[in-house]
Amino acid sequence: MRSQSRIAFYLLLTPLVLWLGLLIIIPHIDMLLISLRERISFGVYETSLTQYEKALTEPLYLRTFARTAVMSVLATAITLLIAFPVAYYIAKMAKGRLQQVLFMLCLIPFYVSELVRTFGWMILLRETGIISNLLQWTGLADQPVELLYTDATMMVGLVYTSMLFMVVPLVTTLESLDDSVVEAGYDLGGNGLSVLREIIIPHAMPGIVSGCIVVFMLSLGNYLTPTMLGGKDSLWFTEMIYNQFIVRSNWELGAAFGFMLLLLSSVIVWGMLRLTGRTLKETMG
Amino acid sequence: MIPSIPQSRSFRLAYGGYVLLFFVYLALPLTVVAVFAFNDSQFPSLPWEGFTWNWFFGSERPQIGVFHERGILRAVGTSAFVALCVAVLSVAVGTSNAFLFNRYEFRGKGLLYVLMLLPLVIPGIVLGISILVFSSTLANGLWDLAQMDIQALRPGLLLVVLGQFSFITTIATLVISARLQKFDRTLEEAALNLGADRLTAVRTITLPFLAPAMIGAVVVAFLMSFENFNTTLMLVGSDAPLTIAMFDRLKEGSTPLLNAVSLLLMLGSSLLALLVILFQRKP
Amino acid sequence: MTPDLECADLVKQFGETTAVDNVSFSVPPGSFFSILGPSGCGKTTIMRMIAGFLDPTSGDIRIKGGSVLDTPPNKRPVNMVFQHLALFPMMTIAENIGYGLRRRGMAKPDIARKVDEALDRIGLPGIGTRKVDELSGGQKQRVAIARCMVLEPDVLLLDEPLGALDLKLREHMKVELKALQAAFDTTFVYITHDQSEALVMSDQVAVMNDGRFEQIGTGQDLYYRPDTPFVAGFIGDSNRWKGRIERSEAGTVQLRTDTGLAMRASGADLAEGTAAEIYVRPEAIRIAATAEALSTFDNQLKGTVTSLLFNGAASRVLVQDDVGETLEVTLPQSGEFASLQRGDTVHIGWGATQATCFGAG
Repeated sequence: MRSQSRIAFYLLLTPLVLWLGLLIIIPHIDMLLISLRERISFGVYETSLTQYEKALTEPLYLRTFARTAVMSVLATAITLLIAFPVAYYIAKMAKGRLQQVLFMLCLIPFYVSELVRTFGWMILLRETGIISNLLQWTGLADQPVELLYTDATMMVGLVYTSMLFMVVPLVTTLESLDDSVVEAGYDLGGNGLSVLREIIIPHAMPGIVSGCIVVFMLSLGNYLTPTMLGGKDSLWFTEMIYNQFIVRSNWELGAAFGFMLLLLSSVIVWGMLRLTGRTLKETMG
Repeated sequence: MIPSIPQSRSFRLAYGGYVLLFFVYLALPLTVVAVFAFNDSQFPSLPWEGFTWNWFFGSERPQIGVFHERGILRAVGTSAFVALCVAVLSVAVGTSNAFLFNRYEFRGKGLLYVLMLLPLVIPGIVLGISILVFSSTLANGLWDLAQMDIQALRPGLLLVVLGQFSFITTIATLVISARLQKFDRTLEEAALNLGADRLTAVRTITLPFLAPAMIGAVVVAFLMSFENFNTTLMLVGSDAPLTIAMFDRLKEGSTPLLNAVSLLLMLGSSLLALLVILFQRKP
Repeated sequence: MTPDLECADLVKQFGETTAVDNVSFSVPPGSFFSILGPSGCGKTTIMRMIAGFLDPTSGDIRIKGGSVLDTPPNKRPVNMVFQHLALFPMMTIAENIGYGLRRRGMAKPDIARKVDEALDRIGLPGIGTRKVDELSGGQKQRVAIARCMVLEPDVLLLDEPLGALDLKLREHMKVELKALQAAFDTTFVYITHDQSEALVMSDQVAVMNDGRFEQIGTGQDLYYRPDTPFVAGFIGDSNRWKGRIERSEAGTVQLRTDTGLAMRASGADLAEGTAAEIYVRPEAIRIAATAEALSTFDNQLKGTVTSLLFNGAASRVLVQDDVGETLEVTLPQSGEFASLQRGDTVHIGWGATQATCFGAG
């Protein structure tokens, strides 16, 4: 590299290193260190695994952790199942104008804050809400029905919130599937099911993987939806982190929770990449 | 299952119906939020008490509209300020990153690229607490060392900006990189050949080519910052951005005022999105 | 014998435009049939109707005598080699070739055996485990054909499959395709816009233009005995004139071109005074140093060489006659004109039977 080019290189490298170093890497290391210490008395700390021990022995913590993981996987699977036919319709069935309009319609709700979307579901589902009134009006219920604060409601909200991040990568990969490849599948004797299984889904795999990773991450890290739509006794792991940090000011335990969440998401993302033989760079970049 | 493969009529109808149902599902929550902004009642729910503009323009209790509600207006201002800072910062750093990854081969490039992607797979709330923890470590360290109390390192707008910046930069980098990859390097070489120096070539040829992506990234960053909740929640101080302010009110019980704010938000962000599309369609 | 494929009064309309306009043809078993036409003439539409990806507006498609209009594409006894081959990138070569057999529920060992046989047949044994993108263009081509042929279709459709190959490979594949067709003894229906592909490989060629068949015949028919001006102009090169008939007798006409040249040509019964178009191929014109050498020809001209177009075996000269018209003449490669130069005076001539005349509407 000539000297001029070398200077430019370092000029471009500096912001990247500052950003990743000061805002991502060092803060996480610091968080790890905090989670590994125990408060003995005011201002006196000792290194220990107490926080993790607490987190792994207290049934409430452990149950919430497992629940959050399972529900997030479930939300991801449901989102995929709902989104796939729609994405396929937009990518392969709709043509020209209609295709553009449908794609835009998919995007619009997500330009709006998650808070507004959640608020919408509350108006629809609460005891005095639209659906409850509708049920009474049609005679399907004879008194107001509370539809909020159940796991099913929370699932509706989680799926709704993440939908875009599944639809967009799916549409993108499905659009790149050449029509003639599908036609060849039929021409050689395949039917809808076998073409779907052997041609369309394998082709869409990159989109499925990246969609699933993002949706899983968003569900796992979601705070608003479980808080607003979920039941009072069905905590989400992010709520526990918030409680430890803001309500109880127990940063050590909160940091340990944070690390557990990070670890869980890393393991699942890594596992999904591993399972499909893809790299993070291919999937996200 | 493409139009050239014959399908039974009932299958096509069922499929079309499913897609329609999906879009109803998408539109439903937003529609009710919008409609109940005009309900002449204290609650955004049935029964419908009649149509009113009060939740936008009303100035008397109990129906104080958005445009007379100081708390909300201040929160909008805070959000806009934060979003602007985040957008400018993240697009600046994102552009620099795009050039670095596109133009240079160096040891550790692969690792840096993966690190650059990481913020996308870290839950927002974890990003928030890690920055909170680190900034307070810094603040405490400075206090022990020099008895200096740096307010900026305590929860507040600076931390909110940094927290959002930490992951929005990744998105800006990806958007701008994608466009830079399509750039034909020979155009820059032609500029050099015609007597421009390296910096001038980049300024007069490459940056104009990147402009649509950069403007797109500014808008996306602005919107993402404006609607961010998780990271902000952990870092917010006394000046609450709009999402946090709305969240606090929502917990206390909602009035159609929140619907009105939401409707304005929807209009605002659709308008911004539309502007970007129009801008980028222009050749 | 029942034809393998028969199309009767086939019509396809897209809204107002008629893409295929009343086309009928039949293809005898084991033959190589090509549809040749410029892009947009409707040939792809015909092929997609035969494969079942489009429904005809009216008319019938029969395979081995039975109508297939109500048969969905995955049940039709025809298979198709797509323009860009449409090999399944997510599968290996063996999985690609075995795809159709799996659909028929054939047992795994049988599929493996059949796939191996097919790979042997196309001269690529042992490549079954490779990925699609590890093959060269010509290999992919052969795999795409093998993928269809293991199903033993009644008719194999080929949609310009050589279009994506480079020139040298294309020449090679022409010969190979013809050989494969003979080896499999299956009816091939081939569409292309490249006349050389059609002429070299086919038993019968249909020339298509603007949704209609202009002429169906062997390569020789089309080349030597074009039925319509379009065929005369589309197959091979021609010198063309517009003119008016002066005398007409027994298949031979005498006419005068708009530029004033008198000429004898062969043509169907055209009344005196009608407007006509004349086509003369560059390779039908004889070139000579003296007028005497051409005394047997019906048409003779003297002219000046204005340009030499050297192109190996296909070299030509441009000759300008006294009235200022330029003709393209093929240069014999026997050596006697090796020293021909720009500005030389030459004599050219051609027989009346080599000049084809059509009435111009």
